[in-house]
Amino acid sequence: MTFGILAYGAYIPRLRLQRKAIADAHGWFNAALKGQGKGERAIANWDEDAVTMAVEAARDCLTGQDATRVEALCLASTTFPFLDRLNSGVVAEALNLGQDLAAGDAGQTQRAATTALASALRGGPATLVLAAENRTVKAASPLEMAAGDGAAAVLVGEGRPVATLLAAATRTADFVDHYRTPESEFDYQWEERWIRDAGYMPLVPPVIKACLAKAGLAPEAVTRFCMPAVLARVAQTVAKAAGIAEAAVADNLHAVCGETGAAHPLVMLVAALEKAKPGDRIMVVGFGQGADVLLFEVTDAIADLPARLGVQGHLTRRKEESNYAKFLAFNDTVELERGMRAEADKQTALSALWRNRATVTSFVGGKCSKCGTLQFPKTRVCVNPNCTAIDTQVPEPFAAKTGRINSYTADRLTYSPDPPACYGMIQFEEGGRWMMDFTDVDEKDLSVGQPMRMMFRVKDIDSQRGFRRYFWKAAPAATGRT
Amino acid sequence: MPKGIRDKVAILGMGCSKFGERWDMNAEDLMVEAYVEALGDAGIETKQIDAAWLGTAIEEQHVGKSAVPLAVALRLPYIPVTRVENFCATGTEAFRGAVYAVASGAADIALALGVEKLKDTGYGGLPQRGRGTLPNMTWPNASAPGYFAQLAAAYRAKHGSAPGDLKRAMAHVSVKSHDNGGRNAKAHLRNKITIDTVLNSPMIAEPLGLYDCCGVSDGAACAIVTTPEIARSLGKKDLVSVKALQVSVSNGTEAQHNSWDGSYFATTRIAATRAYQEAGIAKPREEISLIEVHDCFSVTELVTMEDLHISAEGRAIHDILDGFYDADGTMPCQIDGGLKCFGHPIGASGLRMIYEMYLQMQGRAGERQRQDMPRLGLTHNLGGFPHQNVCSISIVGRYEG
Repeated sequence: MTFGILAYGAYIPRLRLQRKAIADAHGWFNAALKGQGKGERAIANWDEDAVTMAVEAARDCLTGQDATRVEALCLASTTFPFLDRLNSGVVAEALNLGQDLAAGDAGQTQRAATTALASALRGGPATLVLAAENRTVKAASPLEMAAGDGAAAVLVGEGRPVATLLAAATRTADFVDHYRTPESEFDYQWEERWIRDAGYMPLVPPVIKACLAKAGLAPEAVTRFCMPAVLARVAQTVAKAAGIAEAAVADNLHAVCGETGAAHPLVMLVAALEKAKPGDRIMVVGFGQGADVLLFEVTDAIADLPARLGVQGHLTRRKEESNYAKFLAFNDTVELERGMRAEADKQTALSALWRNRATVTSFVGGKCSKCGTLQFPKTRVCVNPNCTAIDTQVPEPFAAKTGRINSYTADRLTYSPDPPACYGMIQFEEGGRWMMDFTDVDEKDLSVGQPMRMMFRVKDIDSQRGFRRYFWKAAPAATGRT
Repeated sequence: MPKGIRDKVAILGMGCSKFGERWDMNAEDLMVEAYVEALGDAGIETKQIDAAWLGTAIEEQHVGKSAVPLAVALRLPYIPVTRVENFCATGTEAFRGAVYAVASGAADIALALGVEKLKDTGYGGLPQRGRGTLPNMTWPNASAPGYFAQLAAAYRAKHGSAPGDLKRAMAHVSVKSHDNGGRNAKAHLRNKITIDTVLNSPMIAEPLGLYDCCGVSDGAACAIVTTPEIARSLGKKDLVSVKALQVSVSNGTEAQHNSWDGSYFATTRIAATRAYQEAGIAKPREEISLIEVHDCFSVTELVTMEDLHISAEGRAIHDILDGFYDADGTMPCQIDGGLKCFGHPIGASGLRMIYEMYLQMQGRAGERQRQDMPRLGLTHNLGGFPHQNVCSISIVGRYEG
């Protein structure tokens, strides 16, 4: 048994905002943006946030894994939906991992995920290290062009790892390239050239050197160098300074995804692992008030990891979005007239949420121990008209089940942040059904019998109280370009 | 099978307000408007009423909870008054309370009044409202048209109907109701429309367009009931009596068990079978003269024709397009305009349907009077959603005892 990375996964939201749309909207004001209108960036749907994206990345990572072996969970982000509520606790509940679990949130810096990963790799419990970011950006800012939304997951523990840690090094320095406080909604950033010349260049290469020294390897030994940086060619310049071959520098996914903040080192690591072969050495750098450097060696086990969507699969699960106004509306960056129907009170009774957490958060239904009928939600009396036995239900998880559309509509009357609201009856193949919201779906693609997979999403945003509630929605099970 | 309600109770008088956007009226004013007509029709005084039932569904938009608003509005003499609510079956539930009170002997004369004041929301369509603490967390943020529209998807899938054929039959339903509403002075919508009006109207919830949806209206309707014997002692002739009253309520099977295919109303089928038994009807397609069904949406009316066992399964499209349910057809459906055009003040709707039957059976329906005097009429309400609902059916007819 060896300690290391046992599995990995990722999640990139389906919508890809075309940068040209941003440039077209703001070029009149900031002419510099005109030249940046190339490629696309991933944007979270209105019902996604760091928590929901982390859940998806974790599910992707746990493909073919025994989830019961997860002993700890850490979620890194700088865009947590809750300041005082354990965000990783929501993720753990959604993953139905049980309460016998250590969970923690890591934030405050762009290298939160690499620090958390390095910590988990020191040994100890089997840990699911998650990183997710749903970046808030000012309209017409350079970050609006560069940023992307996404998540990644790495399962660390004893077993047959796909990659082992050769060495890690870290350094802390209060270098403030940008910051955000509770009082300021958006990042405030200093000059890019200064960040490169006084930040990355003096701070990162020495940590790389220290890491390589610990591993007893020369810089040429690094076959893939994963360092996120929103500034063009910074990764190449740092690699060169450290003696790492330019060919080893990994694509930062700028053209297809954008920079996913604290999640990006892990997103790039996962993307590298997807293409890795045994013996490859992958270096991951997290930069933010210092730097973390981790060096991995890929093992033979990588060939045996069950197929998953990962970064590449999710990049293929894609829909072009060229409506910039929609992006503003999803992020509440523009004050939209949402209509009186949007004023309905969305208060969540926290006592009822706790009591019904298995149903609402974990999507656990019931199975009748007398007649075997599956149902959602679990109730005291069996729904089977020929049974109706009382108190015979045992918990039955539904989140991983595939359902089929039994009936559907696209509703333009009800309030939805993304009309039309698509929803319908989902019938699960093994039994059970529920009338539920659909997400990541286009009206024209709906049909009776279509297979759908369950996804954990934001159900409602209670703007009056700043709360958001989560529930499961149905999304097309088929993947591929749409 | 219990003996049932057949011919135990007769209608002594009925009233119905004008339905529509009654900007100048409170719910209490609408109650009085319907009541004054019913009281005059019955030829009695308020003090003769032994018990009353108030039906309101979305009371938070107008009168608030309890039966007190009815007692106050009509100055009822400290009699028992009960408020009932059961989605869109609310009006029929109020009627059922009054009828059962008379049938049991607990009351000689009882009042049922349904009212709804929906047009104080500030926007079109039904008021947005919570569904309860847990449903708010787990139900889709759906609208009524969105739930009912799904009947079409499931119906097409089951019967292999071409979307265009179904949509045309649905359009015919609405065109027919607008024709009928045009002959009804109390109706909310009285304009004639064409098939193209329906087909080209803005989409509300696929495949329901604006003209597939009923009006949202203010209004009240009222019935005063007694025994046939008392009615005759009060000088009434040509009595209309209650033949059957049935309610069927979903128990979660449609919503949670895969035995339901989504294309029909399980409750309506059950309530209809029971109602025909109670009324002694063997062949509904031949015996019933007139029907008023819950046409909240065109597709609801279409599938209901089958669920009432009048059109054969999968044949409603054909019967509708053949004109079977037109005002001059074999069995007119919504001869008064229906929910579509008379309007749908929820608590009043069930009583409004019975009001139309009562008028038709007494030859008092004016320019929309059916020439062959109807003998048996069926009214039907469907409250909730196709996958979880309350169905009420009443059958009234000429009293031949």
